[in-house]
Amino acid sequence: MLELLKQPWPWYIAGPLIGLTVPALLLLGNKSFGISSSLRHICAACVPAKIPFFQYNWKKEMWNLFFVAGILLGGIVGAGILGNPNAIVVTPALMEELVDYGITNYNNLVPEDIMNWQSLFTVKGFLLMAVGGFLVGFGTRYAGGCTSGHAIMGLSNLQWPSLVATICFMIGGFIMANLILPYILLL
Amino acid sequence: MGYKKIDLENKAYQNVKYLIVGMLFGIIFVKSEVISWFRIQEMFRLQSFHMYGIIGSAVLVGMISVWLIKRFNIKTIDGEPIHISPKKFNKGQIYGGLIFGFGWAITGACPGPLFAQIGTGATVVTVTLLSAIAGTWFYGYLRERLPH
Repeated sequence: MLELLKQPWPWYIAGPLIGLTVPALLLLGNKSFGISSSLRHICAACVPAKIPFFQYNWKKEMWNLFFVAGILLGGIVGAGILGNPNAIVVTPALMEELVDYGITNYNNLVPEDIMNWQSLFTVKGFLLMAVGGFLVGFGTRYAGGCTSGHAIMGLSNLQWPSLVATICFMIGGFIMANLILPYILLL
Repeated sequence: MGYKKIDLENKAYQNVKYLIVGMLFGIIFVKSEVISWFRIQEMFRLQSFHMYGIIGSAVLVGMISVWLIKRFNIKTIDGEPIHISPKKFNKGQIYGGLIFGFGWAITGACPGPLFAQIGTGATVVTVTLLSAIAGTWFYGYLRERLPH
């Protein structure tokens, strides 16, 4: 059983389980599934700086911080006890392309070749981690949600603004991954 | 004083359930490789169905769940009626959505996976997470001057 759980889980198992988070949070305490709000609560708690957007009672949203702390713990368990002992399987077409960028290490879900502490101080590493992270935080808050809040929770509740947001996430991703990222990875 | 203490304990207990749901969710994230930079690249290059299958089936299960909750007027475990706030449209969903899409493809992570990636031992992702918090802060700072 444990051996089976250690293998990567197929989409038709993982997807429905992720979808069940929506009713689980609603039934447990009337909470709408969403993750990027946690970043706002952290700002409100740590550096509100008199900015109106961060003036609210973040303690009332404490559940969201517990939820993301749980995700971090899940990462520890998922990679520790349930860790996949084999190299990650990646589509051959992608592997072929990544060789050109010097990415050949498939031991971790986060590519060690480009995302490590040494590379952080190179232009490429800085763009991939610091600038990329900044865009994630800025963009999700500007859009009012991320993949969980808009794509999963919003679409589950048939909200058309969430469909607009989701389509824009995908367009942004297609443009970046195909047209811009290859040049960053060649740096 | 005594009452206050009980209230605090209740709150801590109330929040532990979200910690547990979060943990299960994080395990699924890792085991389904949703947090993999490689999976995100495959998705945006249309090289694999995996991520589309996950997001699609998650949305389908979520939709059916919300429909059932509304149809049968299901209450929370504390007996409260369930309320879901509607999403209001503004142009931020377009501009912000595109910007997030750029960041998603670069980092290979949305906000949730950043937490899980750190848990898997990729400590350098704390920098990505701190940058995301900085980005959120900068949005709050600029908010009044941005088109919405």
